[in-house]
Amino acid sequence: MVMNLFYPEYEVIRNKGKCINCKICQNECANEVHNYNDKLKIMTDDSMKCVNCHRCIATCPTNALKIVKADYTFKQNSNWTKSTIEEIYKQSSSGGVLLSSMGNPNDYPVYWDKILINASQVTNPPIDSLREPMETKVFLGKKSNKISRDENGKLITKLEPQLEIAAPIMFAAMSYGSISYNAHEALAKASEQLGILYNTGEGGLHNKLYKYGKNTIVQVASGRFGVYKDYLEAGAAIEIKIGQGAKPGIGGHLPGSKIVGDISETRMIPEGSSAISPAPHHDIYSIEDLRQLIYSLKEATEYKKPIIVKVAAVHNIAAIASGIARSGADIIAIDGFRGGTGAAPTRIRDNVGIPIELALASVDQRLREEGIRGNISIIAGGSIRNSADIIKAIALGADAVYIATAALISLGCHLCRSCHLGKCNWGIATQQPELVERLDSNDGCTKLYNLITAWKNEIKEMMGGMGINSVEALKGNRLMLRGIGLNEKELEILGIKHAGE
Amino acid sequence: MEIQSSNLHFKELNDTIKSSSDKIINIKDCIGQRYIGSGLSNKDITIEGVPGNALGSYLNGSNIIVKANVQDAVGNTMNAGNIFVHGSSGDATGYAMRGGKIYVKGNAGYRAGIHMKAYKDKLPVLVIGGAAGSFLGEYQSGGLIIVLGLGATNDPPVGFFCSTGMHGGKIYLRCNNLPIDLPSHVLGKTADESDMNDISEYISEFCDEFGLSKEEILSHNFYVLTPNLENQYNQLYINN
Repeated sequence: MVMNLFYPEYEVIRNKGKCINCKICQNECANEVHNYNDKLKIMTDDSMKCVNCHRCIATCPTNALKIVKADYTFKQNSNWTKSTIEEIYKQSSSGGVLLSSMGNPNDYPVYWDKILINASQVTNPPIDSLREPMETKVFLGKKSNKISRDENGKLITKLEPQLEIAAPIMFAAMSYGSISYNAHEALAKASEQLGILYNTGEGGLHNKLYKYGKNTIVQVASGRFGVYKDYLEAGAAIEIKIGQGAKPGIGGHLPGSKIVGDISETRMIPEGSSAISPAPHHDIYSIEDLRQLIYSLKEATEYKKPIIVKVAAVHNIAAIASGIARSGADIIAIDGFRGGTGAAPTRIRDNVGIPIELALASVDQRLREEGIRGNISIIAGGSIRNSADIIKAIALGADAVYIATAALISLGCHLCRSCHLGKCNWGIATQQPELVERLDSNDGCTKLYNLITAWKNEIKEMMGGMGINSVEALKGNRLMLRGIGLNEKELEILGIKHAGE
Repeated sequence: MEIQSSNLHFKELNDTIKSSSDKIINIKDCIGQRYIGSGLSNKDITIEGVPGNALGSYLNGSNIIVKANVQDAVGNTMNAGNIFVHGSSGDATGYAMRGGKIYVKGNAGYRAGIHMKAYKDKLPVLVIGGAAGSFLGEYQSGGLIIVLGLGATNDPPVGFFCSTGMHGGKIYLRCNNLPIDLPSHVLGKTADESDMNDISEYISEFCDEFGLSKEEILSHNFYVLTPNLENQYNQLYINN
């Protein structure tokens, strides 16, 4: 007897009255959910294959489709939930490690949603951001702790290298390979137009994108893929990737089957060769070793580029950040446990790391206590969802934020969390040419431009409401925040008062 | 140009090298200055004394000859060029090198040749005259690592976990025994004539630089380690 332990997670509901058998859904679905039955002259569907990415719904000319959550149910159990049971079936039938994509979807507290923002009333007038100057530009890099003069009494104005960005928002690392060329190009173009930066991720830089170097952060990860002199020279900054919020403490393995064509060229490894990123950099076992890698990069690029060190938010993040601030790094990027990924073991994604809100607050606090906050700028990432999250992050101490999931959503991503399957119907997390071409990079660029511009305006408006006219003045200004429904320990770590206090 | 380096900070020393219009640079009395030759192209550098960590990192086409030992991470992520070490080298020698050659007359520390990779016309080569420490060629994905075991007291002349995670390239060991802990995803066999032809020019270059007899070196048994492509980490994951 053939036994099927798995039932479709989603169900395709087709309104037969509206369906005109145009087969667009069939053509649009790379998961092969929809099929035209020649004999019966009707569209049929295999819901088992559906990942709920909404491509068919969005392209159906007659609105004949909807995807609903299937209501197959196990006996009600708050402990042994449907997904817990099904994961056991999957593992007991395959012996495989569960693999998922995008950020931790579980029901952990989202501290952003438990923090409220202040506004001025009477005593300190709000500012009308549409009619008065508001500064969103920030500079990332080491800040001098003292003023020094030369022998003639003139101020010494030479600064360590700084990144100048028009808004405190940058696109976080996503490698070419995890996302498509068109997605990368859209990010690069939008960054240029917005005066911000995007990040290559660890897969190297496509030679056609070198021209966006001024708006590019090039990443050096443990696999060192595509890392060589020209690549290091190409970007405005270099990021050493130590860890990623979605999968702290583990490496990556892009199978040889995905190393084809441009991906092989950009990573500088032969076609068909697996791209393995070891969990650690094997030349970094200490802060001293990290310092060595930082300075070897500074030496190779003549001290012209800030070096970013990206780490996942983990338990001892404050101590780790203190070490990084003393290692010679110019910027630290901290990635919270809700950060996205193109593929991560489910258990690690859903159980390892800590929320960015708590990590950011404790790092900023620790660096201030130690008197080294000026040594380093802080970028916070790991599920920044809107401009209010950004305001809150900056008030908790961030100099800027990284966004990636939000950027992909603006490109059409519907968060179906199936990136690791490589069949993204929206042309983002795929390398199949016919799927990639669905994403027009100019159109994507416009969407990204619109999103960041809108957020920038919202940031100005909220800052204006607080009577603050620059991002710089909001930075670390925790008096502008209040907690709602948080316990004393949480408030203590966040360094904020409760609403009403 | 000759640089008397004993009183120089690494930055001064490296700035002097980079800003010099001379192709030939001789560094005297090196006392552990780091990052010499980082990302450098088109120079011929000879070093007397012991250079510090990360010598020739990201090297992009230069010759570096060191008359003594070198410290850790020599040739880190190098792309092209040659590094000759007349003594021994520290840990992580040739980490992630993509091209060029590193010849070490003596021994190498832990994790030599780790994550070495080949690409198109680039074939990185690491030759170690003596013995190598543990984790030799870990994650190797391309290129050649050759350990000659000259003067080594162990056979094979490697530590533990040799070739762990190897998925490309070749490791040659001049010895009579294969490592006893050879992982199942790596195949070890006696080198045949074609294997030996592949490394002939590198052995010649090694012997020429260090004044050794090629004939004597080649008269000994060599093993070759290659990835067992049928036994890599397939099917490790299940879609969730």
